[in-house]
Amino acid sequence: MTEKQLNNIVPENWSMIIKPKRHWFDINLKELWAYRDLIALFVRRDFVAKYKQTILGPLWFIIQPLLTTLMFTVVFGNIAKLSTDGLPKILFYFSGIVGWNYFAESLKATSNTFVTNASIFGKVYFPRLTMPISIVISNLVLFFIQFVFLLVFIGYYYFLGVNISISFYILLLPFLILMTAGLGLGFGIIISSLTTKYRDLTYLVTFGVQLWMYATPIIYPLSSISGIYKKFILLNPMTPIIETFRFIMLGSGELNLGQLLYSFIFMIATLILGILLFNKIEQSFMDTV
Amino acid sequence: MSNIAIKLENISKQYRLGVVGTGTLSHDLNRWWAKVRGKEDPTLKIGQENTLAKEGGDYVWALKNINLEIKQGEVLGIMGKNGAGKSTLLKLLSRVTGPTTGQIKIKGRIASLLEVGTGFHPELTGRENIFLNGAILGMRKGEIRKKLDEIVDFAGVAKYLDTPVKRYSSGMYVRLAFAVAAHLEPDILVVDEVLAVGDAEFQKKAIGKMQDVSKGGGRTVLFVSHNMASIQQLCSRAVVLQSGSVFFNGNVKSAVEKYLLQNINYFNSKGRYDFTNQKIGDDKFLLQEITVSDSKNKIRTLFLQEEEIVIKIKFKLFSFIAGMRINLWIKTVSGIIAFGTSSHELTKDRLDKGIYKIKAIIPPGLLNTGRYILGINIGIPGVKFLVKNFDFGFVDIESGAVHGSAYSEKWEGIVAPKIDWLYEEVS
Repeated sequence: MTEKQLNNIVPENWSMIIKPKRHWFDINLKELWAYRDLIALFVRRDFVAKYKQTILGPLWFIIQPLLTTLMFTVVFGNIAKLSTDGLPKILFYFSGIVGWNYFAESLKATSNTFVTNASIFGKVYFPRLTMPISIVISNLVLFFIQFVFLLVFIGYYYFLGVNISISFYILLLPFLILMTAGLGLGFGIIISSLTTKYRDLTYLVTFGVQLWMYATPIIYPLSSISGIYKKFILLNPMTPIIETFRFIMLGSGELNLGQLLYSFIFMIATLILGILLFNKIEQSFMDTV
Repeated sequence: MSNIAIKLENISKQYRLGVVGTGTLSHDLNRWWAKVRGKEDPTLKIGQENTLAKEGGDYVWALKNINLEIKQGEVLGIMGKNGAGKSTLLKLLSRVTGPTTGQIKIKGRIASLLEVGTGFHPELTGRENIFLNGAILGMRKGEIRKKLDEIVDFAGVAKYLDTPVKRYSSGMYVRLAFAVAAHLEPDILVVDEVLAVGDAEFQKKAIGKMQDVSKGGGRTVLFVSHNMASIQQLCSRAVVLQSGSVFFNGNVKSAVEKYLLQNINYFNSKGRYDFTNQKIGDDKFLLQEITVSDSKNKIRTLFLQEEEIVIKIKFKLFSFIAGMRINLWIKTVSGIIAFGTSSHELTKDRLDKGIYKIKAIIPPGLLNTGRYILGINIGIPGVKFLVKNFDFGFVDIESGAVHGSAYSEKWEGIVAPKIDWLYEEVS
């Protein structure tokens, strides 16, 4: 019996085989789970590192959306006099910005994954997905801080006697957050996979996200749009999420479960595509980045 | 068969040269079109050795058909010139990048230290960084917590544990980073030259730790280094890479010799090294020829201890070079520098445009028996190199009795200079 035949009979128990090309569906989620502590530590690092040696520290989390809200109130509310669905302008804009920010920040930060982490990725292996996932979780914490402020504002206006109703659909909130996270992560990792080769995309991202915001009902209510524009804006998977968010928190806007389902399917598809692409790129990106 | 920890089968790795990012779309389309027609990938042609010399071709093979088996518990040294493929091999093993062809089979948990302190964040404290770095290397939180005291102790940074690492000295930083990795307890540890940092005491500690890891734990260590002394101390087997292929694979002592001798371009030229077609130098300076001869100008490489060795270096200057010097280094085959000497005082501000031959005379009764590597570097001290660390040849020394003993034995020492012994009768 030749040695080769022997090998065939007694399969050696290799714990890992590194091959040139990974299959599209060769995704090692078990490994990702084994590195869950690393995700937690990355999240922690992001926080500690960002606000060390700043005076206001985590207050910066809230200053940025507040200033944006103020600007929107002046420009779009008072000067352009856009409708806010009968809601106080501050509440209307702030709620939109809080929801949108989570998506936009997650997308922007994850879309740089490969490029910004090239030096560490070039030195040691760990499941690369830990990086974008930890970014999305960091941003989730940020979202919660802003969300608490939103609740404070709601409480304030409620005491002023403004008609605000938090509907029992608030149970949908975790679901909305999950969808926002999924969309941000999905789009982010798709872009990050493509930027390893085509760096031009980096420049498009900041600009693109800004345009995208105007195609989402942040500074205007969906109810003020009609015709062909409405159709177009409803194609945007973020539209139902923001509308539903306003609906359950403030009682304005519309709740359309069909549209929400569309967003959900869109999110799942994006996420799957993103993970497949990311997984494919992660093995060889060091040679192209 | 079953005690093999790593098996490399026909591993090759191709890199694209030039500015990555330009023209990739057209290359991609090209590949795709070839694939559609069912033809071979046009960019994957075999050929193109990885030499640092510039030749045509957009792609190089950093590694070519590497086949290696590494046994469990073995400490394998990997040597090779810059560009021989060492780092690429380590990158493949540590899964930083994938091979172009072939496959690597690994048994057990593998951890790599291509650089110490990967992922260390300057703003985080020592303690936080231990956890972060440990997790990056694949440890669970509980595992790190159990080892924390041991790590801190090994690194000797107990006092600074809650200080951000940006305030650490570079030595402390490296010690901490190495300590984390050393306590990882992987089945296979891949180490790249990290020992080049840290003070002598810590290097000793690090080597000791790596020896413990392999001997005590039966773990496999792959060690890449330019430091012949640590390779000899640590490794049980060594591989010499050259232009992406395995040039030698066997015991450490011969590997070190092979490594040093492969750096010599003119192994067979017997004392005359002609560089006129080589273009060694730059636009101001060209090395033309080096000869090794005896005092009667007879060119040879075999000398007796009591003979003087004359090394003549011929070069061309295209203009005056202020502060130029030629340094000559005499090294043993295990890479230890026996001594060095410089032409600085002679050449620094003297030579104008022209062709010159300068000579160095190594006095008789200085070298021990055996083979010595001859190397030069030429440059302006503190400014730049014209020729950087160039090992051009060797001499063999046969025994005489200059060190004072004619008894036939292996005489120890890097040099065996002629020392005057005198006696006087006291009474």
